[in-house]
Amino acid sequence: MKLTSLTLAASLIGSAALAGEVAPKDVQFDDYGAVEVSLSGASGDAANGALIAGTKSKGNCVACHAITALADVPFHGEVGPTLDGAGARWNAAELRGLLANAKMTFDGTVMPAFYKVDGFTRPGDAYTGKAAEGELMPILTAQEIEDVVAFVATLNEE
Amino acid sequence: MTKPMGNTLTAIALAAVAFGTVATADESADLVINGDQEMTIRTAAPAHLSDVMDEINSGWLYRKDETQLLQMDDFDNPGMIFVDLAQDAWNAVDGSEDKSCASCHDNVEETMKGVRAVYPKWNETAGEVRTLAHQINDCRENQMGAEKWKYTGGKMTAMEALISVQSRGMPVDVAIDGPAQSTWEQGKEMYYSRTGQLELSCANCHEENYGNMIRADHLSQGQINGFPVYRLKNSKLNNAHARFKGCVRDTRAETYKPGSADFVALELYVASRGNGLSVEAPSVRN
Repeated sequence: MKLTSLTLAASLIGSAALAGEVAPKDVQFDDYGAVEVSLSGASGDAANGALIAGTKSKGNCVACHAITALADVPFHGEVGPTLDGAGARWNAAELRGLLANAKMTFDGTVMPAFYKVDGFTRPGDAYTGKAAEGELMPILTAQEIEDVVAFVATLNEE
Repeated sequence: MTKPMGNTLTAIALAAVAFGTVATADESADLVINGDQEMTIRTAAPAHLSDVMDEINSGWLYRKDETQLLQMDDFDNPGMIFVDLAQDAWNAVDGSEDKSCASCHDNVEETMKGVRAVYPKWNETAGEVRTLAHQINDCRENQMGAEKWKYTGGKMTAMEALISVQSRGMPVDVAIDGPAQSTWEQGKEMYYSRTGQLELSCANCHEENYGNMIRADHLSQGQINGFPVYRLKNSKLNNAHARFKGCVRDTRAETYKPGSADFVALELYVASRGNGLSVEAPSVRN
């Protein structure tokens, strides 16, 4: 019953932003690429953020970054720097900006933007290889971004 | 196979153990096929690449030991089964003209030697750059009066493998100047274009990050000197366009079509990045 009402709520909302949520096109980056305001309007859940970071169909952060805290998740990549100590190197606003669109912090970085829906070349319909139809969804939702921000903020040790 | 391990590799292996990764490839190995045919798997980068890398490496170097071994003996190489099948197809009459490949090209071992090494190649009559697969279908359609094969289909990749293996060990040497130059330039632009929702270019992984792990994948330079390649992942031969399609798809992009002018241009450019490496087809990868 609970699941049904959740599904219903989700379908009613569609792609429209939730109250208090910042839509991908409305994200305000400062001059250094940081984003001060919570994208969801709520605080993040670090435990869920850890799950998202280690899940292939979600954030899949480990594809490119080694994270000792997620040592039970197999196969960590080497494309990006380790996230060990990232919580000490960056504050929440900076992490939020890096997740939403890292190119605003590091011009030309390989890292994909996880909260961006336009400005792409040949956008596809997820991983089907077919052209995208209709509006694109960001790779992560506003709350998922906040959850990962909360998780990475806990990674204080080098 | 000698396997001296450099410090870097040892460090990577140690890191891999820490994160539960399986052993990475032996990047210092040498590839000798059937005990006597030595392959050039690392050599100086061609002049047009000299500002971005010094050395070009075959993708064989980035594979795990057991995968590397499969390519070292033709009896172990699963791709050779398809070469045998294509040898039968080479001699089989097909189409309205009552011809086989052999009717015009005789013994494949003699007439096709060196062909793979220079494809994709400018076709003066057609006024365009053609891939080997395009030429095979051109023969089928216009010389044999036979049905064209699906560009990425099994009959096509097998025939590509049969023709390619005749050049095995010869250096890749595709022409990038003269009439092919504009196609090559187009391919180069594609190589550096960041596509899809992940905004990734070929270069992001295969020029900037070769040697690094991306999740469980050991990123190679994306060289195509070994194509068509037998992939353990799908248990068949795959040609370059099929592989390109998978890569572009994985950037969350709308792919280009195998056989399209776009992928022909990309193939010419990517092939040219491997000028100097040995033709390895049929290679074995994961």
